[in-house]
Amino acid sequence: MADKKQKLLMGNEAMGRGLVEAGCTMVSAYPGTPSSEILGSVVANMGDAVEPLHVEWSVNEKVAFEVALANSYTGKRSAVIMKQVGLNVAADPFTRSTYLGVKGGFVLIVADDPGPHSSQTEQDTRLFALFAKAPVFDPSSPAEAREMITAAFELSEQYEIPVILRPTTRICHSRQNITMGKPLHLQRQAAFEKNPGRWVATPAFLTGLHGELNEKLGAISAEESLKPFPVVNVDPEKEGRAPCIIASGMAFANVFDLLDELNMLNQVQLYQVKMPFPLNSEFCRKIREMDEKVLVLEETDTVIEMQLGLDGAQGRLSGHVPGQGELTPDVIMALLLDFLDLPKPEAVESGPPARGRRPSLCPGCPHRASFFAIKRTFPKGIFPSDIGCYTLGMNLGAVDTCHCMGACISMGAGFYHAYAQDGPDYPTIVVTIGDSTFFHAGIPALVNAVTQKARIIVTILDNSTTAMTGQQPTPQSGVLADGSPGNQAFIPDLVKASGVRFLRECDPYDINGFSALLKEADQFCRGDQGGVAVLIAKHPCLMDKSNQLKQDVIEMEISDDCIGCGICVNQFECPAISLDEEEEQAAIDPDICVGCGICDQVCPTGSIVRKGENQS
Amino acid sequence: MKQQIIVSGIGGQGILFLTRIIAGAGVSMGLEILTSETHGMAQRGGSVISFVKAGSFRSPLIRQGQGDIGLFLHVDNLDVHQGLLRSGADLFVNTSTTGPYSNIAATELAREMGSGVLTNLIMLGFAAKHDSLFCGPEQLEIAIREISRERFIDSNLAAFRRGLEG
Repeated sequence: MADKKQKLLMGNEAMGRGLVEAGCTMVSAYPGTPSSEILGSVVANMGDAVEPLHVEWSVNEKVAFEVALANSYTGKRSAVIMKQVGLNVAADPFTRSTYLGVKGGFVLIVADDPGPHSSQTEQDTRLFALFAKAPVFDPSSPAEAREMITAAFELSEQYEIPVILRPTTRICHSRQNITMGKPLHLQRQAAFEKNPGRWVATPAFLTGLHGELNEKLGAISAEESLKPFPVVNVDPEKEGRAPCIIASGMAFANVFDLLDELNMLNQVQLYQVKMPFPLNSEFCRKIREMDEKVLVLEETDTVIEMQLGLDGAQGRLSGHVPGQGELTPDVIMALLLDFLDLPKPEAVESGPPARGRRPSLCPGCPHRASFFAIKRTFPKGIFPSDIGCYTLGMNLGAVDTCHCMGACISMGAGFYHAYAQDGPDYPTIVVTIGDSTFFHAGIPALVNAVTQKARIIVTILDNSTTAMTGQQPTPQSGVLADGSPGNQAFIPDLVKASGVRFLRECDPYDINGFSALLKEADQFCRGDQGGVAVLIAKHPCLMDKSNQLKQDVIEMEISDDCIGCGICVNQFECPAISLDEEEEQAAIDPDICVGCGICDQVCPTGSIVRKGENQS
Repeated sequence: MKQQIIVSGIGGQGILFLTRIIAGAGVSMGLEILTSETHGMAQRGGSVISFVKAGSFRSPLIRQGQGDIGLFLHVDNLDVHQGLLRSGADLFVNTSTTGPYSNIAATELAREMGSGVLTNLIMLGFAAKHDSLFCGPEQLEIAIREISRERFIDSNLAAFRRGLEG
């Protein structure tokens, strides 16, 4: 056992610790699974930081990127954290930042989600790095992810270039023993050196800057320290005949364990690629000259395989490895047995594994009430929605589209224009967007919908938090990432400033009251002076237990009037209510029920009643 | 020593907490530990699974048919996750229905103790009783004390000991 005190840290916690140890003075982020816990870990480790440290949950990833970039311009170390689709939002500042370069070390942690487990794509940030010409590290464990932060800052400062660390879900959400290090004391003062040819870089300068960038990448691809080397010495008897496996990230960890299990570790030339782009040039040459067969294992696209450009290499590009999905140990084992000409175990006869229980909105979740009211009020409506817990409104039939952050409002407007040009009998369009998503990307879309004369109902589901990713504050919360008080921006003010002329607020727990508002909003939309109607459905998220403690607990029970119609189960989908098939009646599970007491508005026969008020 | 453990349940049952306790016990014993967890959308009441691997592994994942021990906090998950276990693996299931596994009606016991959320610790105690985990009750109790929030330490330990009684 190591002498130093070891801690069991989640990958995200290890990276957060790594940022503090690297002497970062600014870390900005927008939450998104699987990256969300990294900034929280930075905050948790701030007590050990010797440098001043500004942390922020920015309004979106583009803003987070730009804030941190300027800190780097002053010579200080900066990091920005997001999930892979967040980099799409930050693509504009990102792609230019490689041309212009940086001063203080600038590291982007972009967490990918092969699989995907909790994302709208399984895009490969390493491919994005190749496109934008940024070096990218690909860790295979939490401990390695933390070590690579130090390496990334050093490389970033050596070449004045932004550097990406690309963990995947399995790195972010694994725990491992980590030995803690001491935070660096860099003692840098902000010193922005004006240089218009670089920081303003009009087109006249860009070809030159692009040339410099290409030279930097050439030099990085020649760095001896970044050259992949064989992980295990090959058995001398196999020398010159051992097949070659090149792997990076989690795929490397998986293939290492599987080779170990097969007792084949020293029978292959196993290389771990820690920097998939730019791939070390000498390594590429060596592999291209190799006579042995080559298998490339990487997630999720073909960054290494493309750069190798080796005819006959087996990988995702060649079709030997599945072109999509996570490279789980099961997937890799099948590939290995094939690649190494080993006997395959007899196929066990079994059907596909059961899918398990689908996620659903929590008991007492205010979104459930909103969705139930929307669906009941407009059975034939069109319901564009967005990214967050509330995507689960699809279970209630009240979410018809989910595309990307903020898209629901613009797509709602697009649906309106598509139908309205066919005649006045357009369907009611009710958009649902969370409070954090509204700040992130909803505001420009709302301005656009208003000015382009769309007639839609925009429902802002304001639960006062970023719930899905773990209760991060929103700009309306007035709380900063480190828990200190901040300034507030208010949703109603922003809505009014966007030119909206119909704005109402309501607690969706009052399902009937909310339904009445929805009808009123629809009338406004369809009136002579109609336009965008905004409803704010305001009720705090109960995942924050303090909110739960603040509200009354109303115990409910099922009366004998229940006819077992199943509306409370199928259309309301409260996890606490199920149908007792023997009794042919609904039943409430007291362990799950939080006593929100709103289900009495759902039952058509009035059979869900407050305890003690059972009249029958 | 190498051991691969799966912990399976429904979001909200405290699967992550249980995983951290087992892993924490391993770290205090000086073992190399890797875990893998489910976060995000699936935590909202969907099926969740965690892995704990003790010993010299590089990957936190467990492939089909390789798990040594399975803790099932929700019996319906047997159909979903049982394939991860090897034949002869030790299987602990939260149910009153007997089957080809060791079972305990942990949720009922937890309710008797005052809260359904103690199910996870009763299950852990029950597994520890069978002496197949890489760590013993003493190490697990230390980890429970370390990882639990102050005001829950006593109730968590009580639930763990209730499970130990079987």
